Amino acid sequence: MTDLALERRARPPMRRITAWDRLKVNRNWLGFWFMMPAAGFLILFLAYPLGLGVWLSFTDARIGRDGVFVGLENYQWLSDDAVFWMSVFNTLLYTGVASAFKFAVGLYLAILLNQHMPFKAMIRAVVLIPFIVPTVLSAIAFWWLFDSQFSIISWSLRQLGLIDANINFLGDPWNARWSVIFANIWRGVPFIAITLLAGLQTVSPSLYEAATIDGASRWQMFRYITYPLLTPIIAVVMTFSVLFTFTDFQLIWAMTRGGPVNATHLMATLSYQRAILGGYLGEGSAIATAMIPFLLAAIMISWFGLQRRKWQHGEAND
Amino acid sequence: MTDAIAGKALDPKRVLAASSAAADHSEGMSYLETVPRRLVTLYLPLAIIVVVLMFPFYWMALTSIKPDEQLLALDRFNPFWTWTPTFKHIEKLLFETNYPLWLWNTMMVATFATILSILASVLAAYAIVRLRYKGSQWVGASIFLAYLVPPSILFIPLSTMISAYGLFDTPLALILVYPTILVPFSTWLLMGYFKTIPFELEECALIDGASRWQILTKIVLPLAVPGLISAFIFCFTLCWNEFIYALTFISSSEYKTVPVAIVNEFVDGDIYRWGSLMAGALVGSLPLVILYAFFVEHYVSAMTGAVKE
Repeated sequence: MTDLALERRARPPMRRITAWDRLKVNRNWLGFWFMMPAAGFLILFLAYPLGLGVWLSFTDARIGRDGVFVGLENYQWLSDDAVFWMSVFNTLLYTGVASAFKFAVGLYLAILLNQHMPFKAMIRAVVLIPFIVPTVLSAIAFWWLFDSQFSIISWSLRQLGLIDANINFLGDPWNARWSVIFANIWRGVPFIAITLLAGLQTVSPSLYEAATIDGASRWQMFRYITYPLLTPIIAVVMTFSVLFTFTDFQLIWAMTRGGPVNATHLMATLSYQRAILGGYLGEGSAIATAMIPFLLAAIMISWFGLQRRKWQHGEAND
Repeated sequence: MTDAIAGKALDPKRVLAASSAAADHSEGMSYLETVPRRLVTLYLPLAIIVVVLMFPFYWMALTSIKPDEQLLALDRFNPFWTWTPTFKHIEKLLFETNYPLWLWNTMMVATFATILSILASVLAAYAIVRLRYKGSQWVGASIFLAYLVPPSILFIPLSTMISAYGLFDTPLALILVYPTILVPFSTWLLMGYFKTIPFELEECALIDGASRWQILTKIVLPLAVPGLISAFIFCFTLCWNEFIYALTFISSSEYKTVPVAIVNEFVDGDIYRWGSLMAGALVGSLPLVILYAFFVEHYVSAMTGAVKE
C-alpha cells in the first residue's frame, strides 16, 4: 500500500506549459472566437449596410447601375420636394400622436391590470395578442374594418344614428392619417402595458398603504409613488416605441401604401417607393439617411432619461 | 428612505390584519374598495379596452367563416354573428392557392434564422458576460445600439448587397439577413439570463479542469433553458412578423412569406375577396397565437427582459 503511493509520486514531472496552453485559456483569445459568429452577422449585414446606405445617399445609384458621387445633390433635390416634406410632417405627426396615446393608454391599462381581479392571468394573456399577431395581418383586418363601403364601424354608427353617410376612412387625407394612427396605437398599447405592468409589480404595496395612512389622494399616489419609481422603465419603453413608430413601414404599406395622394407616406414608405419601386436608390437612401438624426435624438433623450437615481432600484439610500 | 416608509407601513398593516383576521381574506388595502366603485374604476374601462383590442380578431375570424352573401349585405343579416358558418374561404385558401407553400416558406425561414441567431447569441452573450475579454463592456453597449437600428434604413443598401452576392429572390437571403434583427435582441436577453447564474459554479468547474466550452454546454446552457426558450420563441415571432426585407428581397411567388403574399397576391378586383383575405390573415396568425398560448410566461419574460438593462 505505501509502496504504491510512493511509486505514484515518482511519476515523471508534468508536461511543460506551452504557449498554446496559455492561449487556450486566454480571455481575449477565447472571447474573440466566441464573438465571431455574432460579430460576423452584425458587421456584414448591419454595420456595413449602414455605412453603405449613407454612401449611396451621396451617389446617383439606380437599380442595376452603380452610382457616381454627386455630393449633396440628392438632399438638395429632396429639400425642394413637397412630397418629401409631407412625409416628414406625417412621420412626426404619426410618431408624436401615436406615442403619446400609446403611453397614456398603455400606462392606464397597466395600472388596471395590476389590480386584483378574477381571471387576472387570462386577461393579461389576452391583452398581449395584438402584439403577437404579425402586424401586416392585423393591418389587413383594419383595412377591412376601414373599408369605404362595407365598414362595420360606419354601419354601426349609422345604425346608432350618429352619421348619415359612410365614413371614407382611408380615402380622405386626414381620415386616413387618423385611421393609420389608430391602428398603430392599437398595435402598440399591449407592449407598453405589459412592460410597464412588469415595472409596476416591483413597486411595494406598502408604499401605497403608507400613503393612504398619510391621507394621499389617488392622483398623489400616482404622481409621487408610481410615476417616479417607473421613470427608468418608461424611458426605455418609450425609446423603443418612438424608434419603431418613427421607422414604421409595414402598417402603412399594408393599409394605404402611402395614399391617398401621398397623405400617409412616412419617410420609410417613401424611401421604399422611390428606391425599390422607382429604382432611384440614391434618392431613397437619402430619405432613409435623413431619418438617422431623428433616431439619434430619440436615443440621446432616453440615454439621459436612463440615468437612474439610486433609490429607484432599491440600493442604499443617502 | 424607502426602507423607512416600508417599515412604518408594516405596523398598521399588522394591526389591521389582527383585528379582522377571522373574517377578512382580502389582501392589502383592497378592503377600501367597494364593488360598485370597482365596477366603474376597474371593470368597465378594462372591458372597453379589451373589447377594442380583440374586436379586429373577432371580425377577422367572423369574416373568414361567413358565406359570401352575408359578407356585404350588412342590413339584411345580423353582421355580428352568423348561423351558417362555412369553411369555403379557408378551403379555397389551402387548396386553390399557394398558401401552404407560403406558410412553409415562412416557417422554414423563421426556423433557420432563429437557430442561427440563437447559436451566435449564446456564444456572444457568454463571452460578454463571463469571459469578460478586453472591451466586452463596449461590445455589450454596441449590441444594444445595434438593436435600435431599424430595418427601414437598412433595406436599400442590403438590397444592393443581396443582388451583388447573387442571393436576390432566394430564401437564403432572408435567412442571412434576419439575424441582424434577432442577434442583438437575443444576445441582450441571454446576457441577462447568464448574469443570474452563479459564477461559483463555473469556478468549481474550472478547478476541476473543465474547458470554457464544457462549462458553456454542460453547466450554463442547462441552467439557462428558460432563457433559451424565451429567446427562441420571441425570435421566431419576430421572423414571422418581418415584412420589409421579405418584400424587398423576394420577387417570385413561390418564395414569398405569408405577410408579403397576403399583401401582394390576394389583392385583386374581386368584391368578395374579403373572405379569403381574412381567412389568410387568420390562418397566418394562428401558429403564433397557438405558440403564444403555450408559452405566455416566456413571451412576457422575453419582452420585459429585453427592456430591462
